[in-house]
Amino acid sequence: MATFLGIDYATLWFLVVGGVFSGYAILDGFDLGAGAWHLFFKDEKSRRVALNAIGPVWDGNEVWLVIGGGALFAGFPIVYATLLSAMYIPFMLFLVLIIFRAISIEFRSKEPMKWWRSMWDTSYSVSSILLAILLGVVLGNVLQGMALDSDMEFSGSWLEFINPYALMVAVCTLALFMMHGAIYLIMKTEGKQFDKMNRHVKEAIIFFIVSFAITTVFTLIYFPHLSDRFKANPTLFIVPLMAFLSIANIPRLIHKQKYNFAFFFSSLSIAMMLIVVAIELYPVIIFSKGNPANHMTIYNACASEKTLGIMLIIAAIGTPLVISYTTFVFWTFRGKVKMDELSY
Amino acid sequence: MDVEILSRIQFALTISFHYIYPPLSIGLGLVMVIFEGLFLKTGNSDYERLARFWTKIFALTFGIGVATGIVMEFEFGTNWATYSRYVGDIFGSALAAEGIFAFALESGFLGILLFGWNRVKPLVHFIATLGVWLGSMFSAVWIVVANSWQQTPAGYHIVGEGIEARAEITDFWAMVFNPSSMDRLSHVWIGSFLAGTFLIMSVHAYYLLKNRHIDVSRKAFRIALVVATIAALSQLFTGHRSADGVAVNQPAKLAAMEGHFDSLAAADMYIFGWVDKENQTVTGLKIPKGLSFLIHQDFNEPVIGLNHFPEKDRPGQVNAVFQFYHIMVAIGMTLIGLTLFGMYLWWRGKLFDHRWYLQVMVVAVLLPQIANQAGWFAAEMGRQPWVVYGLLRTSDALSKVVTANQVMFSLILFTVVYSLLFTLFIYLLNKKIKHGPEDGEMIDQRPKQKEMVEAINEHS
Repeated sequence: MATFLGIDYATLWFLVVGGVFSGYAILDGFDLGAGAWHLFFKDEKSRRVALNAIGPVWDGNEVWLVIGGGALFAGFPIVYATLLSAMYIPFMLFLVLIIFRAISIEFRSKEPMKWWRSMWDTSYSVSSILLAILLGVVLGNVLQGMALDSDMEFSGSWLEFINPYALMVAVCTLALFMMHGAIYLIMKTEGKQFDKMNRHVKEAIIFFIVSFAITTVFTLIYFPHLSDRFKANPTLFIVPLMAFLSIANIPRLIHKQKYNFAFFFSSLSIAMMLIVVAIELYPVIIFSKGNPANHMTIYNACASEKTLGIMLIIAAIGTPLVISYTTFVFWTFRGKVKMDELSY
Repeated sequence: MDVEILSRIQFALTISFHYIYPPLSIGLGLVMVIFEGLFLKTGNSDYERLARFWTKIFALTFGIGVATGIVMEFEFGTNWATYSRYVGDIFGSALAAEGIFAFALESGFLGILLFGWNRVKPLVHFIATLGVWLGSMFSAVWIVVANSWQQTPAGYHIVGEGIEARAEITDFWAMVFNPSSMDRLSHVWIGSFLAGTFLIMSVHAYYLLKNRHIDVSRKAFRIALVVATIAALSQLFTGHRSADGVAVNQPAKLAAMEGHFDSLAAADMYIFGWVDKENQTVTGLKIPKGLSFLIHQDFNEPVIGLNHFPEKDRPGQVNAVFQFYHIMVAIGMTLIGLTLFGMYLWWRGKLFDHRWYLQVMVVAVLLPQIANQAGWFAAEMGRQPWVVYGLLRTSDALSKVVTANQVMFSLILFTVVYSLLFTLFIYLLNKKIKHGPEDGEMIDQRPKQKEMVEAINEHS
């Protein structure tokens, strides 16, 4: 296979897809986290502030999911086809929840009635929580592997996707996003709401660290394929170590009231954890639970070399554009939430 | 019901529902760019008022368009896994390009378009509006390219056999500029402009009838009418080019559109009619040998008919394809009539004098919507039994592991959710229209340049 800078196209595209999904986790992660906290605010004004904290950016953040889906489809069509058809029911629920979150945000402010607003508040918060959980369920199942036959088709029952490990990863994902979202809300709020989130963020950090520790121990014991590369190559331990240090830095920075830095390290932690996952999976994308010959790898599940080459050019042109206008929008709406007649 | 029919119904439901919104966004976006451009040029606050008002309606159509569009992107994998494996190399790259080049642009700038009126300078806001509109136009490019490749595959070769077979790109630009993509893209763009401008004319005609927002409504109606007239007339041209292309590339589809069975005879063109597939006859009003003339500019030239193809390679629902196609054409002609009549009234200085014309224009908002849907139904049902014309059959494209019960579950779910969504959309649209553009003086809430500089200096 053709290479660029000594790295083959399939590996490069694996990095692109991983990068886009990391971007999605970091960006929509704080939206979903903020959504999970939404019902903790009791009065109308704090709920509006919380909603407008993500107001101008959530839609742009969701784009990363769209790009990620397209990137997976284009680069690894067999993974896209097998994963989505195998996890039919979870993905259908995911799509419906994505719709519910979007319309809850859009419709809430359109009527003043109390029942109307509390209905959309609930649907917004519940769909945010369930979306985080479903993302975790998908990740948990990708990590532990699936029943795959020699055509790389799923050969199990979809009920297998509901298992203790997947649920553990799901809780962990929710906790991570709630921590991430809490820090985001601290950056965006003032007064009592700011104090409230400052208290809650500590609970979120503890919730995350405990669930992350349990999941890690469980992974090491029951899924040795997710740690054997590190065992074989101890220098790689620097990556999980950095992830750990990055996580440990978050409570320290919050204590020092350096919230922007805390948010940066929270984002970095998400990226580092996903890099750990990528190191363990590579070059496999989905492990086969039975015969190792049926593993779905970046080489047997990828698009043609020609397509990968074209897509790399598209990504090289597109990425700077996406990053530049994303930065512009975040910069325009930087600082604490300021509401006007246009707000949600 | 089996998985195939359920999956087709689900796809038809989700794509038809989705397709209400993006054309509105593209069409409204164009006119919003014109409104804001005129505001920048003339400084007349009526145009800013219009731009702000239509931005609110745009937010509604755009929001639902995004949410229902994400469903489409993942549905290929969930319900059509074999198709996705087969065409991922090509179809997937078009979708990925759409995400990076188009969707990121529109959604990125959306925040500034909706919430940035008081935060950025008018020129920057105009650029954001332009960005969102261009993004929606680019979205159409990649989606129509992907679909056109299904109609007229090009720039690919088939690798592997049986279950391993799949299409791979050999020439990217040949894939993008496949024989039908540019004709169909222009047709889709213009259909979208018609959807947007007819909504604008409908709402402002309503205000004029109610004696509300008179000045802004007259301005908006005139602008939308100009765009709509150009669009309606150009649609005749792009439609003709599309039909020419179908004649060459998908003769079975053309034959179904006119209910033409006999391969050796000159083909008629129907104004309206009903196809009896069993007896291979069409009853209705026709221009004898009209299709032959339209395609070959010769009344006696034969056109390939459905009987030229084996039964298994013909579209199954000939009458449905015929009807959808004729509804689209009939509406297209009506739109030309409505817009040209409006221009005539304007020329005579009586554009707003006839209540009945305004009343017709209030209702006419539905016409481009119906035509857009009917056109797609004709295009997609006319392509059957193929999902990729001549290469992959729809019945072979399904997900192997998905059961009828699962699809039934999701189909019910989408039916319920989309019904709710549509009800809310109509309710909120109605409410925004009833509220109308802001009257009275616009208060400039933008911080003054000098104060901003001072504020920045204080902080640093």
